Amino acid sequence: MSFFALILLFIILGLLLGYAAIRFKVEGDPIVDKIDSVLPQTQCGQCNFPGCRPYAQAIADGEAEINQCPPGGEAGIAALADLLGVDVIPLNAENGEEKAKLVAFIDEETCIGCKLCIQACPVDAILGSPKHMHTVITAECTGCELCLPPCPVECITMEPVETTLATWQWDKPTPSQEKAKS
Amino acid sequence: MKLWHFNGGLPALAEHKNESVHLAIEKAPVPEQLIYPLQQHIGAPASVLVNVGDKVLRGQKIADAQGLVSAPIHAGSSGTISHIGEQLIPHPSGLSAPCITITTDGLDEQLKPTPCADYKQLSAVELVQMIRNAGIVGLGGAAFPTAIKLDQQGKTKPIQTLILNGAECEPYISCDDRLLKERADKVILGIEILLHLLACEQAILAVEDNSPDTFRAIQTAIKANANPVISVVKVPTIYPTGGEKQLIKTLTGKEVTSGKIPADIGIVSLNVGTVYAIQQAVIEGKPLTSRIVTVTGEGVKKPHNLEVRVGTPIHALIDVCHGYTKHAKRLIMGGPMMGYAVSSDEIPLVKASNCILVASKDEVVTEKQAMPCIRCGECASVCPVSLLPQQLYWNSRSDQIEKAAKLNLMDCIECGCCDVVCPSHIPLVQHFRHAKSALKADQHQKQLSDIARERFEAREQRIAREKAERAEKSRKKKAALKERAAKKEKEAAEKLFKEEQATTNDES
Amino acid sequence: MQFLTSSSPFIAPTNSVQRLMLWVLIALVPGCITMIWQFGYGVLFNIIICVSTAICAEALMLKLRKRAIQPAIADLSAIVTALLLALALPTLAPWWIPFVGTLIAIIIAKHLYGGLGYNPFNPAMVAFAILMVSFPKSMTVWMLPSSLLANDVSLSDMATLVFQQQTDLPYIDSITAATPLDDMKTRLGLSQTTDEIRSASIFSSFAGQGWQWVSVAYLLGGCLLIAKKIISWHIPVGLLSGLFFASLIAYLFEPSISPSPIFHLFSGGAMLGAFFIATDPVTAATTLKGRILYGVLIGLLTYVIRTWGGYPEGIAFAVLLVNMTVPMIDQYTQPRVYGHK
Repeated sequence: MSFFALILLFIILGLLLGYAAIRFKVEGDPIVDKIDSVLPQTQCGQCNFPGCRPYAQAIADGEAEINQCPPGGEAGIAALADLLGVDVIPLNAENGEEKAKLVAFIDEETCIGCKLCIQACPVDAILGSPKHMHTVITAECTGCELCLPPCPVECITMEPVETTLATWQWDKPTPSQEKAKS
Repeated sequence: MKLWHFNGGLPALAEHKNESVHLAIEKAPVPEQLIYPLQQHIGAPASVLVNVGDKVLRGQKIADAQGLVSAPIHAGSSGTISHIGEQLIPHPSGLSAPCITITTDGLDEQLKPTPCADYKQLSAVELVQMIRNAGIVGLGGAAFPTAIKLDQQGKTKPIQTLILNGAECEPYISCDDRLLKERADKVILGIEILLHLLACEQAILAVEDNSPDTFRAIQTAIKANANPVISVVKVPTIYPTGGEKQLIKTLTGKEVTSGKIPADIGIVSLNVGTVYAIQQAVIEGKPLTSRIVTVTGEGVKKPHNLEVRVGTPIHALIDVCHGYTKHAKRLIMGGPMMGYAVSSDEIPLVKASNCILVASKDEVVTEKQAMPCIRCGECASVCPVSLLPQQLYWNSRSDQIEKAAKLNLMDCIECGCCDVVCPSHIPLVQHFRHAKSALKADQHQKQLSDIARERFEAREQRIAREKAERAEKSRKKKAALKERAAKKEKEAAEKLFKEEQATTNDES
Repeated sequence: MQFLTSSSPFIAPTNSVQRLMLWVLIALVPGCITMIWQFGYGVLFNIIICVSTAICAEALMLKLRKRAIQPAIADLSAIVTALLLALALPTLAPWWIPFVGTLIAIIIAKHLYGGLGYNPFNPAMVAFAILMVSFPKSMTVWMLPSSLLANDVSLSDMATLVFQQQTDLPYIDSITAATPLDDMKTRLGLSQTTDEIRSASIFSSFAGQGWQWVSVAYLLGGCLLIAKKIISWHIPVGLLSGLFFASLIAYLFEPSISPSPIFHLFSGGAMLGAFFIATDPVTAATTLKGRILYGVLIGLLTYVIRTWGGYPEGIAFAVLLVNMTVPMIDQYTQPRVYGHK
């Protein structure tokens, strides 16, 4: 008797859940937007996807792990893990390593004005026109390094961002057993 | 007068005032060089007005305020501009920044002062402009342009209380104390100017209760002035009573809402040194070119309270104090709780410098071995802002900056109370400073990312648009070609038809 | 002249973990002396075994975890844990009880959770609870207070008892007895009234014979700690109030079946727990309001376990259960920050 009562209860609850799943379904996929807002927007392709949004879509679809993005680094993985409620996993070393922010710099002596780097830059951070000098707008450069391969004269280098008074940060004290300089 | 209490604080902090509190202010000699960093105030750096080789007099403006939140800089003595460029500045980073250097000529000639006969005839706007032009910033250490603090245009809440902060709570520092003992009359005149400017009901001058002589000196000056709305109050000697927010709570019981300014609750609070500078600027017509500094510590042979020209390199002041002792271990600008250590004595004094502490190894701790946090809660019980330093520490240490921000990390005033009481000797203030700058950097990075995303999407749209235009063009071209070809065919067919017809006609 | 730099504040700290732990040890001395005086050398053996095992276990674990031995050993926290456990253990327990207990406390409850500052459960109480549940018989061998002993037990006799576990010694029955708490609970279960029970010899003016003076000694030590600002008053006051008021309500309703609040406060581990065990900073709540709540919860839970639970003494289990709620207590008792509502 109790067996049948339980079965009936399960059937009713199952029907309720199914109804709720259909009736209260959230349209669209806002999780992709949330993931995309966590990613660093370098648009470099190191994650093996053509940009940050396709990678965000892949994570949402469950086709990619959250540890593919070197520019986002450990902090980015931690933020994604927090957002999605999954475990933190170490950065996938095959895609590259986490580096300090670098910006591209064009050596104007060597530049031939071929426009190939301008076409490669995903955020239009290179200024110039054919047969005229090209230059990188440092403030807009995300450090994706996509302009380096196309340059036929290899005049582009990656330089670290200079620390000014405005960007200087206090150092983090080293962990337990830390000693001050004396 | 009724006083309130703020949470926590360190009542038993060793004051070390006896080393310098009995020393009368002496005028420091003008040094060979005066160096002026263009950014010695909160806001935009000043813009240079002079060129290398120009001759300047004391009180002459050498850099002008840039924008609203900024302040001009005036030369401290007569001489020639010898250098404009990057020099070491007093900053914990040890970085350099643009500075103007004056090589003094020893004559110390000054620009003619422009005293005001009766400031009561001037409007508030005119007085604020005078204070701005005199380059006055908060001399208690914050260096906020005073003109902005006093500018009441467009503000809805009227100012009811003016608080004068003479509660010098940091150990070793006694410059404000000496100013009040020796020049209280001028400070009171400065208060009167402010009362007129702000049109407020009362002015309260606060001093700590560990200095009864200062209290008496001020009382004498107030009695001589006979303005009933100015009063002097003794506050308990608890570090950090001199912090603006803590002093406001002690004197009025009100709290400044987080993220807002005291003017929002009808209060303006100024350091007594700033008030003295206002008196000098308005009544005697002299812009801000000098201030009082305490040089003390076991690392100098003879501590002094000196009236120095802003821009004096530290080594010049050490010479006045008869040089270093062999115990000098740290050169600290400010006090031992909130000051920062600098590496070189070539660095100049700026407007906000109130103390040079040359400390021996007995006076300061140079090495701390940190143990794990034992969750004793001492830090929370002394925090004057009622934060939870232990929680902030765990979150900062594990780089969970967002969680730390939710726990009101940005409300921390970096007073150092928690650091000093921690039994595990954890460098808490360093962790919080790092976390705060990391938070700012994160927010800046987020902004950059958002801009990069917009640029990327704009580029994608542009490429898609160009592709579509090209496709449209090529489609049109193909269609036009097809039309032309069809037309040609039709013409050719018609021609042929006509020729055939003509041939048939010929034949027939 | 050039200088090296470091970060503010530059003032030397006056407090240290070692100083806190040293004062706790000093405050425990009156209690130790009273325990040894009342209950003989068994307590001394417990203390010696616990402390020496603790030092060795701590050094071993630090080495295995590749941490510096100094200053971690010198912070005396392992010794405090060991001493508290030794004072909580039965006075005639065989030698391996304090030995195993200390190993559990230091290795499992402290270092396996991350060492000093990282353990969520009070190490001494974890050890006590595990021993209580695993070896119930050995954990209930308590000695009669010296005032009720016919002859004193000499040091060598005690050594034999402790190290050779000769429970078949002829006089063993004449020196062991249940604790007053245990006795009270058993007899209440047999439907005797409190007045009848209190007339037995092991009870005294306000609590158990010998035990009441031990509790008074802990109370004095605890007041010393509060005066020296080593601990704050919140947890002890919370715990004792919780226990006091819970037992007061029962006592006012039905005095014949409820022991008096004073009996509760001065029996068992109530004073030791209030001032020394529950105030362990690592496992207690950190906010001041939270600490009062923490203490009250332990006090209430102790009363519940003592009255209706399976064990005569509830402090150990109460502390462990409330340790679990500490993160939530901390979350919901945050103080109002300056400038916020």
